[in-house]
Amino acid sequence: MSEVVRKDFTNAPLCLSGRGVAKIFGMGNNKTTAVDYVDFDFHEGEFVSIVGESGSGKTTLSKMLLGLLNPSDGEILFQGKPRDISTGRKRKEYWKGIQAIFQDPFSSFNTFQKIDTVLLDCINMRGGRNLPKEKKIEMMTEACSFVNLKFAELTNKYPFELSGGQMQRLMIARIFLLRPKILLADEPTSMVDACSRATILDMLLNLRDETGMTVIFITHDIGLAYYISDTVYIMEHGKFVEFGKADEVIINPKAEYTKRLISDVPKIHEEWDLSTVDLLNA
Amino acid sequence: MKNTLRQVFHSSKFVVGFCIFAAILLTMIIYPLYNPGSPLEMIGVGTFAKPGTYVSLYDATKAPVETLRLSDADDKRIAASLSQDDRIAMVEWFTIMEIDVSDLDISDTDALLALWREHYDPSVKPKGMTMAKRNYYKRLNNALLELQGADTLIIADTDEETGALVEKSKITKTDYVNVSTVANVKVLPLGTDNFGRDVLKELVSATGTSILIGIIAGTVATLIGLTLGLLAGYVGGFVDDFIMFITNIFTVIPGFVLLILISYSLGQEQRGATVVAVVIGFTSWTWTARSVRSQVISLRNRDHVNLSKLSGHSLVRIVLTDILPYIASYVVMAFILQVSSGILAEAQLSLLGLGPKTTEVPTLGLMMNWAMLYSAHTNGSWWAYFPVILTIALISFSLNLMNTGLDQVFNPTLRD
Repeated sequence: MSEVVRKDFTNAPLCLSGRGVAKIFGMGNNKTTAVDYVDFDFHEGEFVSIVGESGSGKTTLSKMLLGLLNPSDGEILFQGKPRDISTGRKRKEYWKGIQAIFQDPFSSFNTFQKIDTVLLDCINMRGGRNLPKEKKIEMMTEACSFVNLKFAELTNKYPFELSGGQMQRLMIARIFLLRPKILLADEPTSMVDACSRATILDMLLNLRDETGMTVIFITHDIGLAYYISDTVYIMEHGKFVEFGKADEVIINPKAEYTKRLISDVPKIHEEWDLSTVDLLNA
Repeated sequence: MKNTLRQVFHSSKFVVGFCIFAAILLTMIIYPLYNPGSPLEMIGVGTFAKPGTYVSLYDATKAPVETLRLSDADDKRIAASLSQDDRIAMVEWFTIMEIDVSDLDISDTDALLALWREHYDPSVKPKGMTMAKRNYYKRLNNALLELQGADTLIIADTDEETGALVEKSKITKTDYVNVSTVANVKVLPLGTDNFGRDVLKELVSATGTSILIGIIAGTVATLIGLTLGLLAGYVGGFVDDFIMFITNIFTVIPGFVLLILISYSLGQEQRGATVVAVVIGFTSWTWTARSVRSQVISLRNRDHVNLSKLSGHSLVRIVLTDILPYIASYVVMAFILQVSSGILAEAQLSLLGLGPKTTEVPTLGLMMNWAMLYSAHTNGSWWAYFPVILTIALISFSLNLMNTGLDQVFNPTLRD
């Protein structure tokens, strides 16, 4: 894997930011606050991780960032301006700038469509609908070889004929074709085995270096977040309890929750500290 | 697709249902080729001719004659002309004459006749027997004597000048004609109905019309239900509330009552088979809409739909390519059931006299209606209604069997 070089992004131009963003499901007694009035600033080219346990609101937040869910309150700013996705055309324009990789590769693809369709859709979205067929195939081959897949072997196949790792790499190939400004990766490695995980992370980093996109990486694994990100946001019960440069947050955690998350990571050469688990149950 | 079809045809239930349905369809296509003509042509003058082979008597007398001497011909002739009532009357006579008939088999013509010849005496006047009854016995006796006696029948024609009968030919008891040499032989496997129509021909045509009505009704119902269900489920919000409001209204009003009212208000003249089919379709879409909606709701938040949205696809395209294929198997199953219930609804409507107008095409329901109006069920003309019931039962049985078979293939909880 390529060595991560951490840069300071504090002064880089803003790419996506939120002010008082909240999502509340249900009404009355059944009210659940999934995302609890959070603020955030993601900069251009930054690799941001949002870390939190299951149910902390990470995925809800990511859906709101993608525009698949409407926030109950607050404002999301895209490149410094309030985001406007009120019409289909504006949404389409917005999605040219922000794309996602989902957690479960097995359910991310339409099983009735061939792989070619998935990749061709990306070319069409970038305005390449009228390109000659050879050019399209060349682009798809390039995208596939970027993620170590052979287009010749994939063409005319259905997504379910691939392994989970291959599907997730195909997802990255899709992003490679689309070249969005922001990539939202929602636990892209949690459903694939450890070997594929390293490959996929490596590819994400390469993609970031190549296109200069902002990556918002959502994970429950703080070790992984430390390893790859520039900035880390720690999320607990819908709130960001701590955020900052990865080194600062992980080496000198201030919030209780961050400390617990760090101690929960199993280490190979030490005994696993389970004392915090009791604390949780108490 | 190929794989799915192979899977479907591995289900024995589906295959049995499919075979029955295919056999019915094949009969519908092939039989009219073999027996062409309008199914509503009234060939019989009387009502309810029994099923069987009808030989033209006129042509038979002109056919080449062969002589066959069959020893049991007389007995058969008498047996055929002695009705059950006559036999009972004969036994009654024996009882009056105080003859022991305890071991006499009433259907044994030989024994009955032997006893009759031995004991019947026209001059005897049993006590208490009316004149009419005595004359009946005399007539019966004469008829029996005639059957045994006269050897020939004479065919005569009137002479144009004198008006006298002139003998043309004789038919003896030993004269036989080969059926294949008779010019006109009509096989009516299911007899004729009250209007003198060939029931089998009518039935085949009616089955076709009824299946067509079922398919049209099923298509209309499935299309409406599918469109509303997809819209309500995928768009959600106000659209969902509005569509479900309409659907609930249609659900609480019994569909059949609505069907009766619409059919009645259309009037007999407006009700062609297609119109009735469309009306049936318009009153039976509700549960398709409801179940499609619930399936779509569970699908719309899946990642592949989100991915499709992110790829900038339009609502129509997402619904058609990312949602519809996932519920297609369910829709096909619902369609099959809709066809089946459409056929049944037509039969019910027609039985009430609210079916398609009667002058153009027969339907299964109309045939039942006619049979009922002319009391086929009370005069024993089973052939006018029983084959119709059987056909309706077979069609809906085969369709339901196909549906169950598909359910076992596509529903993971039923898979074994």
